[in-house]
Amino acid sequence: MARSKLRPAGFDDLGLQRALSDRLLPFLVAAMAFLAALGLAGAFAAAGLAHHWQQGAEAALTIQVPDPGADSAAPGLSRLERVLALLRADPVVTDARPLTPGELDALLRPWLGTDAGRLALPLPAVIAVHLADPAAPLASLSSTLGAAAPGTLVESHGVWVRRLAALARSLQACAAVALLVVAAVAVAVVAVATHAGIAARREAIEIVHGLGAADGYIAARFAGRATRLAAIGAAAGALAALPVLLTLAGLAAPFGGLAAPETEPSVLAPAGLPILLWLALPLLPLIAAAIGYLTAQVTVRSWLRRLP
Amino acid sequence: MIRFEHVGLSYPAPGRQPPASVLRDLSFAVPEGAFRWLLGPSGAGKTSLLRLMYLAARPTEGSLTLLGTEIARAGRRQLPGLRRRIGVVFQDFRLLPHLSAFDNVALPLRIGGRPEGQIRADVAEMLRWVGLAGKLESPPETLSGGEQQRVAIARAVITRPRLLLADEPTGNLDEAQAERLMRLLHELVRLGTTVVVATHNEALVARHAAPALRLDHGRLVTHG
Repeated sequence: MARSKLRPAGFDDLGLQRALSDRLLPFLVAAMAFLAALGLAGAFAAAGLAHHWQQGAEAALTIQVPDPGADSAAPGLSRLERVLALLRADPVVTDARPLTPGELDALLRPWLGTDAGRLALPLPAVIAVHLADPAAPLASLSSTLGAAAPGTLVESHGVWVRRLAALARSLQACAAVALLVVAAVAVAVVAVATHAGIAARREAIEIVHGLGAADGYIAARFAGRATRLAAIGAAAGALAALPVLLTLAGLAAPFGGLAAPETEPSVLAPAGLPILLWLALPLLPLIAAAIGYLTAQVTVRSWLRRLP
Repeated sequence: MIRFEHVGLSYPAPGRQPPASVLRDLSFAVPEGAFRWLLGPSGAGKTSLLRLMYLAARPTEGSLTLLGTEIARAGRRQLPGLRRRIGVVFQDFRLLPHLSAFDNVALPLRIGGRPEGQIRADVAEMLRWVGLAGKLESPPETLSGGEQQRVAIARAVITRPRLLLADEPTGNLDEAQAERLMRLLHELVRLGTTVVVATHNEALVARHAAPALRLDHGRLVTHG
């Protein structure tokens, strides 16, 4: 007598290995996971930039002192020295440092080229100032400096930082919406695939139902299959996204470097990707599996309600 | 066990046409452990009556009580448990083509939650009893009509159901196999199973005299 093998738990008695294709559904979920990985990267990058800008520049000022070497009203002090003395005496100012000629050249190089230092232009001195309190009122400081060295300009970075932060937040919101759309499309893909599987196995479902299978028994078969396929697809999609993300991180590295990377070592990880992204990527297959499981359960149970 | 009280069954008709009535005003009872033939010409409503009894349809009129449960009042969640106590042999076998003979017969046990380790011996014994010991792993498409019918019979009785319904169960069996099946059905009746067999086989009915439900045009014309 032939000896029949023991069947594993969740044995495929509905024949779903054929009915729920192991090609189309994983491929579509992989595409969704790929897009989700890009969306996550965008969200994390925008969040990182917003954080970076707010932390690094909100409390910063740039002060331009025209004709810095000329004498000021204070005896023995040039206009630049007078302004620096007033700044360093102000308790709100934590640091005031005039940019070196080399730093000025670097700032002007994009506009004036490498010969900026040799041009006979009356360049102002530029002082980088950091404040103890980003919200400190600047009007009195500005008028004090203007009185000491007429023509001095005080430019707060805060306004630009707030605008850039708002831009970053809207980019984050766009990325979040994109992720929601990707999730909704993934739900739709699994639902359509499940409906196709139901149509292909309708007779088998009705037989099993007639033999006394509860809705949960039948739905579990579909959910198990959809969960596996979605997880496999999402894992493939996340892996496929990784080289793209690493390439993008490489391209964006100069911008990150300009944004003072040494101030935030914790948000960067190997290969320049945010560490939160490294944590989120392995979650994509789990999230896809959950979407597959829940969508298949709901779809099958809804369909089964038409049976007595 | 089975109680029909003025039961009617109608199927929705397309468009605005009135529902098609296939069973009308059926009232009868079949006690536990009884055998009944279900007779009548083609189109008389035998299959629809069986569908009511194996819970593939609910009555659109009247009251049906099966295994102590009033079907009209039963919640949908109660029905799977009831179905697991009912064995059915379909005229067209209704085997799952992607499963072997063994797995088709094991299916009701798996649905009922029987541990896998306890299934093998029972299923193998049942298939041996119906003469298919050498075809455990054969898919239905490789079996003859008679062999498929025997697999369907094995699947229907493997759970020792309280109610066994059979629609033309001997249609593809030779005379010896049909007699063997009838001995099995009578053995089940002796053990307390209620058995209802729909057939056109008058010779078989004559050889195994038993009370009959006779239908004609959806109405019960003879009971007993």
